Parts: sequence; structure tokens; C-alpha cells
Amino acid sequence: MLETILQQRYMLVAVILFTIGLCVLFLHPNLIKKIIGMDIMDAAIMLMLATGGYVEGRKAPIITDGVTEFTHYINPVPSGLVLTGIVVSVSMTAFFLALTQRLYARYRTINLDEILIQAKKEVK
Amino acid sequence: MPFVYNVPFFSIFLAMIVGICLTLVKNGRLALRLTMGVAGAIFLLSAWLFAELARTNTSYIYLMGHYPAPWGNELQVGPFEAGMAAAFCLMLLAALPGGRRDFLRDIPQGKQSLFCLFINLTLASSLVLIYTNDLFTGYVFVEIMAIVAAGLVMAEGRGRSIAAAMRYVSLSAVGSGLFLMGITITYYITGHLLMNDLGQAIRALFESGEYRVQLVAGMGLMVIGLSIKSALFPFHGWLPEAYSACTTMASAVQSGLISKCYLFLIIKFICRMCSLEILLELHITDTLFVLGLAGMIYGSLKAMGEEESRRMIAYSSVAQVAYIFMGIGLGTLHGLAAACYQLLAHTFTKPMLFTTVSALVRVGEGSDSWHDLRGSALRAPLAGVAFSIGGLSLCGLPLLAGFAAKFELAAAAVDQGDKMLFTLLALGASSVLNSMYYIPAMITIWTPPADGQARPRPAVPAARDWSFVCSTLLFLACNLALGILIGPVMGQLLAGIVRV
Amino acid sequence: MKNDDTSLLRRLRSWVEGEDEEHQELPPIVNMEELEPAPRPKEHRSLWHLQDKSRIPVEYWVMAVLVAVTLSASLLYTSLGMPPFDDPNVPTMNEVPQRYVEQCVEETGALNTVAGMILDYRAFDTFGESTVLFAATVSIVFLMRQEEKRPSSRKKKRRARPAPAPSGDVFSGPYTDSVFRGTARLLIPFIMLFGIYVVVNGHLSPGGGFSGGAILGGGLILCAMVVGQERMRRVLGLDRFTKITAFCLLAYAAMKGYSFYTGANHVGWEVPKGTPGNLLSAGFILPLNICVGVIVAGTIFSFYLLFSQEERD
Repeated sequence: MLETILQQRYMLVAVILFTIGLCVLFLHPNLIKKIIGMDIMDAAIMLMLATGGYVEGRKAPIITDGVTEFTHYINPVPSGLVLTGIVVSVSMTAFFLALTQRLYARYRTINLDEILIQAKKEVK
Repeated sequence: MPFVYNVPFFSIFLAMIVGICLTLVKNGRLALRLTMGVAGAIFLLSAWLFAELARTNTSYIYLMGHYPAPWGNELQVGPFEAGMAAAFCLMLLAALPGGRRDFLRDIPQGKQSLFCLFINLTLASSLVLIYTNDLFTGYVFVEIMAIVAAGLVMAEGRGRSIAAAMRYVSLSAVGSGLFLMGITITYYITGHLLMNDLGQAIRALFESGEYRVQLVAGMGLMVIGLSIKSALFPFHGWLPEAYSACTTMASAVQSGLISKCYLFLIIKFICRMCSLEILLELHITDTLFVLGLAGMIYGSLKAMGEEESRRMIAYSSVAQVAYIFMGIGLGTLHGLAAACYQLLAHTFTKPMLFTTVSALVRVGEGSDSWHDLRGSALRAPLAGVAFSIGGLSLCGLPLLAGFAAKFELAAAAVDQGDKMLFTLLALGASSVLNSMYYIPAMITIWTPPADGQARPRPAVPAARDWSFVCSTLLFLACNLALGILIGPVMGQLLAGIVRV
Repeated sequence: MKNDDTSLLRRLRSWVEGEDEEHQELPPIVNMEELEPAPRPKEHRSLWHLQDKSRIPVEYWVMAVLVAVTLSASLLYTSLGMPPFDDPNVPTMNEVPQRYVEQCVEETGALNTVAGMILDYRAFDTFGESTVLFAATVSIVFLMRQEEKRPSSRKKKRRARPAPAPSGDVFSGPYTDSVFRGTARLLIPFIMLFGIYVVVNGHLSPGGGFSGGAILGGGLILCAMVVGQERMRRVLGLDRFTKITAFCLLAYAAMKGYSFYTGANHVGWEVPKGTPGNLLSAGFILPLNICVGVIVAGTIFSFYLLFSQEERD
């Protein structure tokens, strides 16, 4: 059991980070903290993706010295998926931050509960 | 390969390229006309492709690049996908003119072309989600759809819209995170990302019993992630504000297009990746069934208490989407086809309700509460008639699309046997609940105002607003077609589902 | 010495027990109903202090914690049974990465197999990814772009002297600290050169459009801080950057559209791969890397321009 935990340490840490990020996203009404929670969540999934395909002793998948043996390199697919994931995460964070700045300019608070209460009082 | 087989590629790239070019267009009306032109062109192309594929009953694989699966991207195209693409483009063609007046009034002048860019990107993403055969492409375009959908919601610029967009984006981020985690787990246990190869690998894993827990986790997370984004019952918190706090065109596109694409992706998973037997065994369909039942009742109960018209229609969307999940949860091919029928019926009904309500609000007292809409149908008769027909369709009047969808769902439940009792009870209860809020609404808009004075007619009567008239007539025609031609449509859906 | 110790100890104890003077100056808790939507003077509101904790219903906390605990327990259990880390025989090491590694050089011409994978084998995903960046930029432009109230003619603005930055505005004016300016002026050319190197060598070494574009974007931000935003906007303003980004995305679409069409229909002229290891090789990958690099740099720089606009409410 302890061996399995030690061997799967990256994935377990990623799951714990994901849950922490999810809790922060749900439980904090402060918008900046929600954004931080979302970032932690995305980083945890990137960790989970990036650690797949790694094998001790193999090199990064850049063909050097003409060696094209598959057993010489790690798996390039998770790296490509993580690239996309990071870009998506950055875009979401930027979008979220822009919404926060607009909400602050309008409501002078970054507490989402207060904002929703004030928004409900607005008449169309 | 016949030239018509290139249609999916052309439709996706046409929508993308015109969308990107709209950053260079300054005039909002021109941008809207270009968007409608794109929707029309893609509708014609997709209809041509559908006719060709339905006639020969084939489906084919379109390579995006020089490399076959599992190394390159692919699209898999059959009559089902082509028909769905044509239907969504038709919906867009009808919804855009309907929301045009509110679009020109609500969105600031310099930003109207950006709004049309969002709509084009939505159309492009939905086409990719319909045609794609690759899980990760699906994820990327789901993300595009999430950002663009939030952009549509916040476009109006009021504080309420931006707060609604914020809530939408937070829940959407959770859904995307869970979806990506599901993809990761599934990739790790199978090693494939293309759906056909994934299907074979999952079947092999299921039969050997290896990695059973991980399989359930991967599939379950993917389905939960997409369900959060399409507002299945416990995760629907973002929907009422997001559908009601934005401009009419945004509500119509959201309810008619965006939520449908996520549902379509779930249906594709089921058909291509894990067959229905596996899902039944893993009890994922049972969960969806129960949540669908709960959503049907809950959505209708919340809608009954709503004073604002647009929020009421939004809650009614929660109930209608729950029907689709219930159909998926039945676990048979007939159930899936019935769910698709309900998907189509909702696509052509809900945007019509949003556009007609906005027309009624224009001739009403000012706000969109039912009290202020009293008697508004007398001043805008076309909008009133269309709203009534839409409401009756959702209640389940025969000859209309909603009745056909409910009928097929009941037939699928009877075929299935086990879940028949619950389904029929829930369908009956929710039809009664639907009529308990739609019929009073219809009565309200047709009742003259209390003080008996005739309000002055609006300066531009709705009958002369040609774009609204065309939009409403097109929606009504599609609704009636779906309601009357039950046999042919259902036949096509069943044949198509088998080939997906 | 002893006196100092006891006073230190006393101070420590009083700090621990919360007898500091600062605590008594906290603003009173404002009742939710007294809030109005108009802008309020900042010194009476604390941004971080949650005014009324009891507003979050207890059920919501309980549900959220329950969901989190269930999710984490089930995911932890799932992770324990996943294919092991650091094992060459996992299911993901199948024929898919084998072809990517072994035939990358002859099929795509790139030495960097990850670049070959994302820009040739799975180029449609990267197209989607660039569109995500573009969509985010456009959405933020939509949200944050103030409607300009100055005179419409651009030429008039160019001839007029630039207005001095308003005094309360920290971000628009050029930073005047001499250490910063000297260091930045020294570093910016190297940063830009390094960014261009990473972008252009994406198919030969680690890097590529995304990382190189991020470096270039950072360099542009540093440049804007030294030169001042007014001058920067005249040369590389928001409009121009949006147009450049759109143009690069269109170029990507054109190149990849050609590739997809010829690939699906098995027609057309094959782009020459060149000699592996040369800069000008690998077919379309070099121009695609440049497009992606420009898109990413433009995105990051426009985020900076948009977020640091002064408020014009």
C-alpha cells in the first residue's frame, strides 16, 4: 500500500490540489480568491497530465544525434496536451480577471454574494 | 471522394474565417448581415450533404491533415451529423433576425461587430463538436464555446449581465476541469484520443475487467463535466440569470445552440466510445435518468413562482433539458433517438419564446414582468400568437413539436420496460406543471389591461418589422414540421443514431 | 537588557492577546441593506473583510464540503489503481507515440517531436487553441475598451503633443526610476532576440510559438513600461495589435486549411520538408510557429494595455 502511494505520488498530490482548488472556488465569495482557486485547479490537472509518459532515464523527445528509437525518449503526447491546457487556463484567468475589474468598477466590491444581491435589486 | 464530402471542412472554416475577419468590420449591421449570410450558406451546404448521405446511407471519415487515426485529427460525418448541422444553422437563421432590434439597441455601436464575431465562433465551435471524432479537439472547442458564450452573456454591459457572466464562467470552469480530468484518466488507461480507437480499447478493458474503477471514474467525470455545462439538475445554478440578463439574440443562441452542443457531445460519447451496454453496467445511465426526472419537476416548480417572464422561460429550459437527459438515461437506442427529437424540438421552440417575449416587452409597459405584459399580445398579435404556440408546444399540444418529442420519449420508455412507470409518471406530471405556468402567461398577454383604456399602438407596429416577421414565421414552420412529420423525422434519427 | 526583554515579552504577549491599537480602528461592519450602487469612498470599506459571514447559508457550506470530500476520496481511490508512474509498459506507450517519435523527422521534418505533433499531426487542436487566445483577447477588448471621447481624427492626435499622464495614474506614464530604466534598456534587446530565437527554432529545439510568444510579450510589456503607454499606443496600439493577431490567425487558417483539404482529398502539392536540422525546413511548421508566436505576444501585450487603462468613469 505504501509502495503504491509512493509510486503514484504525483497523481495523488494532483488530486489533493484539485480538490483544494475546487473548494476555494466554491467557498470563497471573494472574486480574486475564486480566480486563485481556479488556477490551482487547472495547475493540478496540468500536473496530472504532464507526469504521464515519463520514464526514468529517457530523454526529452527532441531527436538528437539521429537516434530515432522510441525507447530512447519519453512520450511526447502528454506534453502537447499540457501545452493546450496551459493556454486555455491562461485565457480563462485573463477573462475572469477582466470580469472582476468590470464588476469592481460597477459595484465597488469584489465579494460575489454582495454583488449578486445588488444586481438583483437593479430594475431592468 | 465526391466534392460534397468536403462540406464539413468548408463550413467550419467559413464560420471561423468570417468570424475572424469581423474584427476588421466596423459597421454592426454589416456584421450581422455577414453572420446571417454565413449561417445561410452553411445551412445550404449541410442540407446538400444531408440529402446526399441520407440517400446513400453512408458515413465517412474526413482526414484533417495527411495522417489517419490514431495519429491525426479526423471528422466523422454521417447523415445524422449533417442533419443536425443543417438544423442548427436553420435555427440561427431564424433567431438572428428575431433579436435584431434588441441587438441594435442594447449593444454599444463600436462593439456590435465583436458580438457577431462571438456568434460566428459559436457556430464554428458547434460544427466542430458535431463533426469531430477526436476527444481532445472536443475539449478545445468546448473551451472556445465557454469563453464565447460568456462573452454573449456579458455583451449587454449592465452590471447584472456581467454578474451573470461571472457566475456562468465559474461553474463553466469547474465543468471544464472535471471534463479534462476525465479525458486524462481515460487517456491513461487506454492510450488513445480518437473516438473509434477509444471505443475498441474501452470495450476490451470492459470485457477483461481491468481498470474497472478508473473506467467508471473517467467516463463519469466526462459526463458530469459536460452536464454541468449543459445545466443538468443540481448544476443548473448559472442558467436562470445567464439566459435572462442578456440581450435577446444572446438568449436565443444560448438556449438554441450552445447547450445543445454539449448534449450532442454526450450522445456521441455514448454511441461511439462506450456502447450503451457498458454504460448500463456502470450505472451512469441510471444516474442521468434520476437527475433528469428530478430536473423536470424542479425546473417546472421554480418556473411557476417567477414573476419575470424571461426568468420563467429560463427555468422552463432547465426542465426541457432534463427531458433530454431522461431520454439518454433510458439506455436504449430508441431512447437516444427520442432524446434527439426533444433536442430538436427545444432548439426550435425556446429561441422563438425569447424573441417573441422581447417583442411583447417592446409594446408593453417597460419591464419584462408578467404584470407589465398584460394585454401586450393585443398590440403585437404576431408575437402573441407565436408565444402561445410555443407555450402550447412545450405543454404538449398535438401537432406541435413538443408533443412529438414527449410522445417519442413515452414510446421509448414503453419499449424499455423497466423505467416505464417512472418515465410516464414524470412526463405526465411535468406536462401538467408546464401548463400551470404557460397557460396563465398566455392568458395574461391576451387579456386587455385592467383600466380598459386602449394603449396607443407602437410607432412601428410589429407587423412591419420584416426581420421579426420572417424569423417568427420560420420558427413556426419548423415547429409545425417537427410536430406533424413525426414518422419521417424519427426514422431518420433512428437510422442516423445507428450509424454514429 | 533585562528591561528590554520584559518589554519585548510584554509586547509579544499583548500582540498575541490582541490588545494592539490597530484592531480598534477597523471600520464598523456595514449592514448589507445600506449599500448603494454609487461609488463609495474607499477608506470606509474593506475589500477583504467579509462583511457578514452569516449570509452564506450553512447548507451551502455543508454541501460544498460534502461534494469536495466525496470527489477527493473517489479520485484518490481511482489514482491508486491507475497505471504506474515511471513505467515503460503503460497503455499510453503504444503505437501512437511510437510513430510520433520514430517517423517525425521523415514525415514532418522537425527534430522537436512535440512541435511536429502539435503543428502537423494534430494541427487542428492547435488551431482551436490559438482561437481560444483570440476569443479571450476579443472578449477582454469588448469588456474593457472604453469608448474614446477624444476628437475622431487620428492625424490630429499624432501632431498634438501627448497629454501628460494624470497625476493619480501609476501605470500609464513611463517609469522614471533610473535603475529600472537603465536595466530595462540594457535587457530589452536581449529579451526580444531570445524570444525571436525561441519562436524561430521551435522545430529544432525546445520552444516554439507559445513559449517564444510569451517571452516576446513580456519584452513588449517591459518596453511599454520604459517608453510610456502613450508613446507605445501610437506605434503598437490596441487596434493595430488586434488586426495583427487577426491577420496571423487567418494566415494559420489558410495554411492549415490548405493542408487539411489536400490531406483529405489526397491531392495537391506537398510542401517540401527540407533538410532536418536546417532553420528553413519542416514544411509549414516554421511559418506556423511565427504566426502562433505573434498571436501569443499580441495577446499578452494587449492584456497589459487593457488592464492598465486608467478608469474613465
